[in-house]
Amino acid sequence: MFFQQLITGISVGGIYALLATGYSLIYSLLDFSNWSHGEFAMVGAYIAIVFSTMLPFPFLVAAMIGVAGGALVSWLTEKVVYRRIRSTGGPNMFLMIGAMGLSSVFQQAANLIFTGQYRSYPFKLPVSTIKIAGAYIGVLDLISLIITAIILIFLMYIINKTQFGLNVRGIACNQWGAKILGVKVDSCISKVFILAGCLAGVAGILYGAKYNVWPTMGNIGLKAFISSVLGGLGSVPGAILGAVLLGIIETLVSAYVSSSLRDFFSFALLIVILLVKPSGLLGVDVQDKA
Amino acid sequence: MLSVFNSINNAFCNTLGISSYMQGVVVLMCINIIAVLGMSVLTGFTRLFSFGNAGFMSIGAYAAAILTVRYNVNFLVAIILGALAAGFVAFCLGSITLRLKGDYFLITCLGFGECVRVLFNWTKNLTGGSAGFPGIPAYSNMLFSVVCTILAFFIAWRFIHSKYGRNLTSIRENEVAAQAVGINAFRTKRLSFVFSAIYAGWAGAIYAGYLMYIVPSAFNLGKSCELITTTVIGGLGSLTGSVLGAILVTVLPEVFRSMANYRMLLYGIAVVLVIMFKPTGLYGYKEFSLKRTIAWFKNLGKGKDKPAAAEGKEDK
Repeated sequence: MFFQQLITGISVGGIYALLATGYSLIYSLLDFSNWSHGEFAMVGAYIAIVFSTMLPFPFLVAAMIGVAGGALVSWLTEKVVYRRIRSTGGPNMFLMIGAMGLSSVFQQAANLIFTGQYRSYPFKLPVSTIKIAGAYIGVLDLISLIITAIILIFLMYIINKTQFGLNVRGIACNQWGAKILGVKVDSCISKVFILAGCLAGVAGILYGAKYNVWPTMGNIGLKAFISSVLGGLGSVPGAILGAVLLGIIETLVSAYVSSSLRDFFSFALLIVILLVKPSGLLGVDVQDKA
Repeated sequence: MLSVFNSINNAFCNTLGISSYMQGVVVLMCINIIAVLGMSVLTGFTRLFSFGNAGFMSIGAYAAAILTVRYNVNFLVAIILGALAAGFVAFCLGSITLRLKGDYFLITCLGFGECVRVLFNWTKNLTGGSAGFPGIPAYSNMLFSVVCTILAFFIAWRFIHSKYGRNLTSIRENEVAAQAVGINAFRTKRLSFVFSAIYAGWAGAIYAGYLMYIVPSAFNLGKSCELITTTVIGGLGSLTGSVLGAILVTVLPEVFRSMANYRMLLYGIAVVLVIMFKPTGLYGYKEFSLKRTIAWFKNLGKGKDKPAAAEGKEDK
């Protein structure tokens, strides 16, 4: 039983991690909380729904289109809205307000187009289970866990080993310095938004396959937010760690304490972490945060 | 006392010929104005962000509701106690979280707001849980709400133009410099936070008396976002702008009844456009002044002339 919950927790945590890493990347570059990040997941999930149920596409193709859609929307928000706000030179708060507005736009648009009803993908995977070491584990949980792990390892490779990753880390460290050394800051930021949108799209489709797809599902962006705070804002490995921890804690709380108190525990954990160790578990830059 | 109070309102509305529908709109508008004024002091004048003000509203609403229904407390006392309860919670929360900066403070507020909602949902014996809390006496009539709003605006105005208000503005402009001239940034911020929470609680208590029935889900994250949105549309750093924003946000959906479904979508678009093209909002960092409005209208005919003539002379 415990083992089973643990696997579910890790797989949910993996989905949070996909969102939290993208969120963390954007935070580390631009120093603002992208509130509309969860909506990219919602957009990706809905595009996959449209292509797999309303149009005759196989699910995998639909999922890929969904991921690309998430990336496109993410890129567009940066290109159209955030760049413009940044160029006016206002405080970072304005970026956040803009993101909040965008989030509301996406949610309401989805609500108007698709109505509030819950939708699901056309396959029966969620119900089947396999037996490992005496515990029944959902096939979907396992698949989602494997996909997440592969993507996150690939992401860590990009961040740590490639020229692009080096540029991103450079900008995160000092934007002006990176610019002087010839890093194309704006194009790098655009690429990060695309990357984050892809990750969010995958997260949205996995989450939608596990539960359902509905217009306000983008609120899992909040969970991603908590995860990255838990692990240390702006730190990618921290975001992964925080997300997996949060997933496990949530599953265990709803299994052993009370499912209606699940969110209470997540948010209370958030406040406690911020009070005790504002830099998070793996965060480094404490100076202007606490 | 309540019946006397309501009959005065009815007599007043009958003489002026205000329908009960109009009264409802005015009450909702007043509730929004009071909550947004609190938000304005916090966001516009101190540049602190709170996604938890709906939480404070719900504390005010539930405190007033429980006091009037369970303990037969006079509604005036209940409203004051409700607002103070919200303020007290804000004082405690602020004491521990206001040392965190920027986003971190905001996150704790968000967490707090959601925690309050989940707790009210969970404590079924006290609050009725998600089924709601019924049977609140209808104490918020139009006259009362309008009087409350005027009082709230007057207090906020005096507060902003007092020594404390100037301290807030100095922290908004440059916290380090403000501290260097001897302002205790932490205590000033906490004052602003408590002030905004009291206003939110006040608005919540009036809301409870107007709907006579409250549910925790009415005070979700969306409500907090709506308050911030209204403040931004109205204009950061301007009390009159906030009032104007709240009036627009309440009245426009009533005027365009047929577009009710698009309400939140249009809010979102409005916020994005405002923050992209005019980040200061309708009345950013300026208060409404008759002189400037007249100057603006005069210049309107001349076309190319700028309405800048009256600017700079006032409220600097």
